[in-house]
Amino acid sequence: MVPRAEFRSYYGRPILKKPRWKAPHMPGYLYLGGLSGASSTMAALADATGRPRLALTGRITAAAAGTAGAGLLVAELGRPERFLNMLRVFKPTSPMSVGSWILAGQGGFTMAAAASAVTGIAPGLGRAAGAAAAVTGPLVATYTGVLLADTAVPAWHEAYRHLPLLFAGSSLASGGAAGMIATPRGEAGPARRMALLGAGLELAAAGALERGVGLHEHPELIAEPYRTGRAGALLRAGRALTVAGAIGAVAASRSRAAGVVAGLALTGGALCTRFAVLYAGHASAEGPKYTVVPQRERRTVA
Amino acid sequence: MAECHPVGFQWVMEAKARGARIFHIDPRFTRTSAMAHRHLPIRAGSDIVLLGALINHVLSGGHDFREYVLRYTNASVILSEDFQDTEDLDGLFSGYDAESSSYDPETWAYAGGEQEAPAAGARDEQQKGDDPDKGTGRPPGPIRQEHGPGATYEATSSQTGHADERDETLRHPRCVYQVLKRHFARYTPELVEQVCGIAPEDFAELADAVVANSGRDRTTAWVYSVGWTQHTVGAQYIRTASILQLLLGNIGRPGGGILALRGHASIQGSTDIPTLFNLLPGYLPMPYAHHHEDLDTYLERAAGDTGFWGRKRSFMVSLLKAWWGDAATEENDFCFDYLPRLTGDHGTYTTVLDQIDGKVKGYFLLGENPAVGSASGRLQRLGLAALDWLVVRDLQLIESATFWKNSPEIETGELTPEGIGTEVFFLPAASHVEKDGTFTNTQRLLQWHHKAIEPPDDARSDLWFIYHLGLRIRERLAGSADPVDRPVLDLTWDYPEEGPYHDPSAEAVLREINGYDADGTVLSGFTALKDDGSTSCGCWIYSGCYTDGVNQTARRKPGSEQSWVAPEWGWAWPSNRRILYNRASADPQGRPWSERKAYVWWDGEQWTGHDVPDFEKTKPPSYEPPPDATAEAALAGTDPFIMQTDGKAWLFVPRGLVDGPLPAHYEPHESPVPNLLYKQQGNPVRQTFQRPGNRYGPVGSDVYPYVFTTYRLTEHHTAGGMSRFLPYLSELQPEMFCEVSPELAAERGLVHGDWATVISARTAIEARVLVTDRVRPLRIQGRVIHQIGLPYHWGSAGAVRGDSVNDLLPIVLDANTHIQESKAATCDIRPGRRPQGPALRALVRRYRRMAGIPED
Amino acid sequence: MSNSLYGPLPDVAEDAGYTDAPERRGFFTDTSVCIGCKACEVACKEWNAVPDDGFALTGMSYDNTGALGASTWRHVAFVEQTRPRQVGDGSDTRWLMASDVCKHCTHAACLDVCPTGALIRTEFATVVVQSDVCNGCAYCVSACPYGVIDRREDDGRAWKCTLCYDRIGDGLEPACAKACPTDSIQYGPLDELRERARTRLDALHEEGVTEARLYGEDDGDGVGGAGAFFLLLDEPEVYGLPPDPVVTTRDLPAMWKWAGGAALALAGGVALSFLGRR
Repeated sequence: MVPRAEFRSYYGRPILKKPRWKAPHMPGYLYLGGLSGASSTMAALADATGRPRLALTGRITAAAAGTAGAGLLVAELGRPERFLNMLRVFKPTSPMSVGSWILAGQGGFTMAAAASAVTGIAPGLGRAAGAAAAVTGPLVATYTGVLLADTAVPAWHEAYRHLPLLFAGSSLASGGAAGMIATPRGEAGPARRMALLGAGLELAAAGALERGVGLHEHPELIAEPYRTGRAGALLRAGRALTVAGAIGAVAASRSRAAGVVAGLALTGGALCTRFAVLYAGHASAEGPKYTVVPQRERRTVA
Repeated sequence: MAECHPVGFQWVMEAKARGARIFHIDPRFTRTSAMAHRHLPIRAGSDIVLLGALINHVLSGGHDFREYVLRYTNASVILSEDFQDTEDLDGLFSGYDAESSSYDPETWAYAGGEQEAPAAGARDEQQKGDDPDKGTGRPPGPIRQEHGPGATYEATSSQTGHADERDETLRHPRCVYQVLKRHFARYTPELVEQVCGIAPEDFAELADAVVANSGRDRTTAWVYSVGWTQHTVGAQYIRTASILQLLLGNIGRPGGGILALRGHASIQGSTDIPTLFNLLPGYLPMPYAHHHEDLDTYLERAAGDTGFWGRKRSFMVSLLKAWWGDAATEENDFCFDYLPRLTGDHGTYTTVLDQIDGKVKGYFLLGENPAVGSASGRLQRLGLAALDWLVVRDLQLIESATFWKNSPEIETGELTPEGIGTEVFFLPAASHVEKDGTFTNTQRLLQWHHKAIEPPDDARSDLWFIYHLGLRIRERLAGSADPVDRPVLDLTWDYPEEGPYHDPSAEAVLREINGYDADGTVLSGFTALKDDGSTSCGCWIYSGCYTDGVNQTARRKPGSEQSWVAPEWGWAWPSNRRILYNRASADPQGRPWSERKAYVWWDGEQWTGHDVPDFEKTKPPSYEPPPDATAEAALAGTDPFIMQTDGKAWLFVPRGLVDGPLPAHYEPHESPVPNLLYKQQGNPVRQTFQRPGNRYGPVGSDVYPYVFTTYRLTEHHTAGGMSRFLPYLSELQPEMFCEVSPELAAERGLVHGDWATVISARTAIEARVLVTDRVRPLRIQGRVIHQIGLPYHWGSAGAVRGDSVNDLLPIVLDANTHIQESKAATCDIRPGRRPQGPALRALVRRYRRMAGIPED
Repeated sequence: MSNSLYGPLPDVAEDAGYTDAPERRGFFTDTSVCIGCKACEVACKEWNAVPDDGFALTGMSYDNTGALGASTWRHVAFVEQTRPRQVGDGSDTRWLMASDVCKHCTHAACLDVCPTGALIRTEFATVVVQSDVCNGCAYCVSACPYGVIDRREDDGRAWKCTLCYDRIGDGLEPACAKACPTDSIQYGPLDELRERARTRLDALHEEGVTEARLYGEDDGDGVGGAGAFFLLLDEPEVYGLPPDPVVTTRDLPAMWKWAGGAALALAGGVALSFLGRR
């Protein structure tokens, strides 16, 4: 066995810069983007399957969440007045650039779809916009996994397989939760199933992340920020809420109130997950060992 | 050197890259140590023991460069029978007068010969019974003169120049060589261990390296700074190094020498054209207030008649002509009487004490911040507060200009702004980029700097200030019939003015310094100076810097486009010589000592080589002076040290030093240990000032058990006027700190990053604690001695502030130079911040009581 | 574009779209001759008008700027080491000093992830932030594997070393290299610097300084070689440098695949949910 590399650092100081992205903006955006994305797909299918209330809920949620999320994103810029510079270029190497264009599309489609649904004007165009949003929606919900993973932060970068799935599951659950909360029991069946499926995926992905399953280098160490500290506590709280929400979603087929409670629990769970991911990233960047030890070992092996 | 002279240190790095071995001897492990092959931690104030042991190693091992020593030094001279050494008198030389704490150097003279006159140091001495001032802090008795720190090219007088009695076999018991040998015999590696804290094996490594790297083929250089000069034995530290270097043949040769690093840009320049009270330009002594002294009697005392100082009359007359022009005539002694006269020690410290005593009314501070930068800061500030008026010219509102509102004495309640009567005039100064002028560096190299921009607002250059002040004073005095005003009214005070602010032309000043003949033709060098008033020259050693009407100091030919000596970069005094006394780089016959170290040589017709020969160009090695020759003609073709009366380097100094002809180890004034060598604890002629505010810690005191040493950091400049007010420098070293060893931290409960209070017999200051392995306890005389490192940059103004370390220091001076001992003193240290307000003085008093020191 | 996310890249400027670009320029920082004078820090700030970074004593030896950041583009690290004393071995105390700077990577993550195009590759193959474009999204901050670039909070934009783009364009050397008294910081064509560095390394090894090693000079490393590389006397992490940094975008294609899969999973999940009757 390769001898364990001795860990040294420069006065214990981080090698990486702590991400400037902060709470509540970044996790709020992750949640809202996911909610918008899942809701827009849900709305389109509800519309197609003759569930007008669910479709309306989905369209309004998608537009509102998308707008609010974009607002948080702008607010987090160092120079918010320059937010339009995001559309100055299209850069495939920048997930934020790609995301900005997707988000721009998503925003336009969901706003058009929601406006049409609320006002009744141009229903055909509204439906077309809704269909388009159904395509951009899942991308909005999952590109954020790349957004975080395409950094030097070990807890994010090494989790580039987990984060999109985690966000997909969480978004699915969030969309379902919105549907359960705002839609009568009769139309909310798909929302309940979305909630269940999403919760399952979210729990699975989060669990894998915590245990380091599927992480390549030093899984135990890299996953440590997800198990410990503020991120660990939030992830555990999120799991409890998500499990509760999933149980509630099962009960919601018999009780509207149960649906509302389940929806709130799932929403809470999704938020906890997003905050946990942010804080895990902070902790991972601030601890020099997360940067040094895996790299050191890599060099020793090589 | 890396700490305080990072730019110059590039040459050490260059030498290292070429294979030079670097030793660093310093109490602390500094940035210089980090680059050295070997760092030797030493107890501050013990260097003469180390250097003396090296001398002993060289002499007892027969490692001296015999031919060099025999022919180029005074090793063979036989001393008077009356001379007694410190070995005979337990730490005193013969001639000591306990009552006046001073030496009469008569017994230090050569046997048979007439009294040699020094090339530097004490000259134009006070005659006994002709004592104009007794209140200067020095005990009554002969008052001595100093030379500027680092001065290397100074006057020697003597009527003959050649000792009569010599023993070329060096065996005569009273020859300098044997005296030296006996004197240093007890300076052994064991003593080095006991006194300096350097282990014998480390000493052996140093000694072997120095010896192995000296001789025909190799040379060793010593580099020092204020770590050597700021002691009560400072001048003798450099003397010890000189003896070692001469014994090894390392003077006047490439790669050799003793290099004095200066504390500021152009401090060398400010001793050449001095800001010192007792020197005139070119190291001519300032006259004392003797009765009826005229130019002739002054010159008799000023320097010797043989060697180049024999031209002293032409130097002096040309200087007087430069100052008083047409008013200076043969008939009126060239206005010699216009020169002010000294009445005693008018050095900075005695002046400050005189301020406190009400004897000094007004004061100019030009680019100096004594409230932070001088020893015993409290007394400095009390002195400023006792003035009628004070003019401060500086780049920033330094503490010396704002002491009346922010000094520590305001905090303690000793002073109040409304109680201070000093009227302070602050006049902003131009920085070096805002004016033309020269810097003279430690290599005597003058480098011109051009004004890049006009100074902002009211800021003006010092040249502007002095010139316009002179104009205004002369305007006020115009028409005065009072003879006391003549020296000012007769001054040549007419320079072309330039630019929007009517700056006097700095080039015109340099031209005046270079000198011209009666027709106004620029002189080619100091050998063209005449003693009949037909030439004028502002500083004889600088003559030639404007040769051919060209500003030679502004030359900047890249090193890659000229020889390795680079004679076309700037201009070095004298005569653009880059190595002084370089005749010594050749053997007596004029041949290089070795091919590797060839520098200047005799080619059969003249001296030639890589540098300008520091010798008369056509004087052959075989030249023997006729009996009554004077000046340089009185020196032989084998005498390289042409400023000396005898052309020899002095291992033993019969005249010129007030504290002995040979260096001897004395403990610092405040020391934790007794002197292991002699009963005499400290330098017997050091200047002490027992008075309120300047109490001294007793030797070996348990109350002040630790040694502290002060120093500078790369990031700041001296008292901070040029650095603490600038954010880019302040952020690099933002707070006052003390450096302590882990052992001392444990002993006193000091925590890294927390505060500590350092208490001396003068005051207490606070500092953040840096616990570091770079400071080590030393085992001295069987006990552990801790040293505390204290950088002295901070004060009560600026972007970053902190207590001033110099407040801790006493005023106690080297009697040769009047330089304070700031590199070794004693203190206590304890964790936590210092008391504020009046409680601070109470703490200091409590400590003094415990130590049994008289109350203020 | 086939190769431009990772791996050796023979002509960086050409890859960025320049034709007839000058030779690639960079820094070789030889820490074995660094005397810790910090002239580089000051000269950099003077030339580039970078604000001070606050006045706080860190207690980290003589380092009071701490790290590279938005307002510190050159940073001198100070490492005090005490080793057990060995016979014939120089000194038992080492004081390492090293001037750190932006690495101007061949594959610069900051540049890759910048969404606005504020970060650009210059004709000298250096990486520069255009402060009139940057909107302060801070993506670059998290992307840099060396922790170099940062956002200045009062200003809102990201800042870092420009390798004195405005000086080198005029044929001058960068301010830090100009100020360095011992040539610890050397500026020039990268190929030349690499050769010089290897010569220096060999010389040190011959002198017995076996711990000397180069850092960032290798084309085959995780960032395709750095434009600013170093000679170090200890492991990189001792100086606060990552031992084996990899540009994060190396894995970007895989990331997008996983994100695409996740998006499909999401869409599929929604679709699945609508399969039921209720």
